[in-house]
Amino acid sequence: MSTDVRDDQGAGPPAGTGAATGPGAAPVPEGVAVRRVERPGLVAETSEGAQELSERERTADVELGLEVGSVLRLPEGAVVDPSDMNVERRDDETMIINMGPQHPSTHGVLRLMLELQGETVLRTKPVIGYLHTGMEKTAEELSYVQGATNVTRMDYLSPLFNELVYSLAVEALLEVELPPRAVWARMLLSELNRLSSHLMWMATNGMDLGSTSMMIYGFREREMVLAFFEKTTGLRMNHNFIRPGGIAADLPDGWEDDVTVICDTVETRTYEYDELLTGQPIFRERVEGVGTLTAEEALALSATGPLLRSTGIPWDMRRTMPYLAYDQVDFDVIVGTYGDNFDRYAIRLSEIRESIKILRQVIEKMPPGDYRTSDRKVTPPPRARIDESMEALIHHFKIFTEGFEVPEGEVYVAVESPRGELGCYLVSDGGPRPYRLHIRAPSFVNLQTLPVLLRGGLVADAVAVISSVDPVMGDVDR
Amino acid sequence: MTTTEVPKSGGTQVEEVAFPGRDRYLEVVADYRGSGFETCSDLCAVDYLRHPGRRLPEGVAPERFEVVVNLLSLSRRQRVRVRVQVPEHDPAVPTLFPLYPGVEAMEREAYDLMGISFEGHPDLTRILMPEDWEGHPLRKDYGVGRVPVQFKEAPGPR
Repeated sequence: MSTDVRDDQGAGPPAGTGAATGPGAAPVPEGVAVRRVERPGLVAETSEGAQELSERERTADVELGLEVGSVLRLPEGAVVDPSDMNVERRDDETMIINMGPQHPSTHGVLRLMLELQGETVLRTKPVIGYLHTGMEKTAEELSYVQGATNVTRMDYLSPLFNELVYSLAVEALLEVELPPRAVWARMLLSELNRLSSHLMWMATNGMDLGSTSMMIYGFREREMVLAFFEKTTGLRMNHNFIRPGGIAADLPDGWEDDVTVICDTVETRTYEYDELLTGQPIFRERVEGVGTLTAEEALALSATGPLLRSTGIPWDMRRTMPYLAYDQVDFDVIVGTYGDNFDRYAIRLSEIRESIKILRQVIEKMPPGDYRTSDRKVTPPPRARIDESMEALIHHFKIFTEGFEVPEGEVYVAVESPRGELGCYLVSDGGPRPYRLHIRAPSFVNLQTLPVLLRGGLVADAVAVISSVDPVMGDVDR
Repeated sequence: MTTTEVPKSGGTQVEEVAFPGRDRYLEVVADYRGSGFETCSDLCAVDYLRHPGRRLPEGVAPERFEVVVNLLSLSRRQRVRVRVQVPEHDPAVPTLFPLYPGVEAMEREAYDLMGISFEGHPDLTRILMPEDWEGHPLRKDYGVGRVPVQFKEAPGPR
């Protein structure tokens, strides 16, 4: 990042932070030696200029209209006349405050600028990009074999979903058939990952609402799932286990017992969460009716996942557009009614139970056989074959040096991640590297609902609302 | 406008891909919006600088950039993809913001990383890169940044 101090970009220092700078310090009595550290233009240095929330007088009509929700309430395609929008231009009672990027409740480096009138939030603008590392650009430099190590780091709380959607996209272009065991093992890992991700959410949401016990419990249960991941994939996070062509290794011996123990334990514990939180009046008062979203707003803002389902729309791609073998397992799609924080909490808690239901069926139905495709162009040959077959050695060498080539084409594949629709748009030019890899990150898109969720609410509820959207900054910024 | 159907993964579902010209882009998307595609699930841009000879249906002249819009119909359980060609000398398309307010961040991302400007967008600023960044990193003529590897006991930069 560039560190040179910029001049005022015409936007001026944002209100609320302007007082914190300037070389003018407290007057020092004469004869006292003072070493004064000059910090010229701290505001200018940290300013994101036009990306920030600007004052009312300087904000364009259309943008201001969006913040107050006027665009969302208009009928389809109606022309917006800014003069009709009844937006108050000048208001001396409001102030813009800055929250984050280093704030414990923002789950990473999310920066919010909030316009407050007293304690009521009027406008909100997320300022993001603090974790941007150009992973889509990196993906163009990595072969298809290496690609999974890159995408797995995007949404670090559900890494297996990133690997899954990437692998599905590559396989769609390759047109390889997967053996059934690979498909079911992927489902097993996905659902376990959904479990760990939702448990993590229960933990951090409890933390944000002041229930530190829930934080400890959530992490305790998540640890069981991560221990199983470590046993299976070798790593607790960023597994690189689901790869184009199948999975990296077969499930370990006795995996059924491990998963059964996880299912039984977590299921019992969800009823403990019910006692701790669901029925507790203090918790209910903090979440009920806070941060409401209507179905129209959710659809207009492209929100997906628990955020969309909380408004009452039964859209879960495992059911509505089945991938893997989700059409062969029995589970319920959980929907809410009011679209508030409580609905989103209840959906995630119930989805933990639904995932357990799926996991039990997967244990029962796991087919025997190979765990990766036998196509030698994609899958490296078994270790034993390398010693006896020259061809196997060549295949092995080629796959790990230049990688395999993927036919020319483009494809969009989406899966239902714990946060919503995780999509992968992959363009291949026929070479061994993706020509363009775009990840449709659910957290990135869902973040757009924050101005709608927060408007009219109290600033004290902001933390709870951010938490209920469940943004993962690695996924937002990529 | 040309429409082709490509097999989806698994070969069971077909997905529709539309190739409108830039002048009919808004109209085509509005038609889809009217025919039950309630939400825009994704919008991104692709730079075809190093892959000019790609397969396109007849009547579609390849340009350097392409804006790819993925629409989703919940009621029909169907996806449609709109690919519009954007020339290098004038990388601009009209914004979809009045039709789908959810493209706000996605268009900003495409502008930031690929330098496509979306005419009529209420707040077309950089979103992922710092405000004073020069260039658009996802373009193919934008080099990949590298940090030199420091070896132990090798002479340092200073």
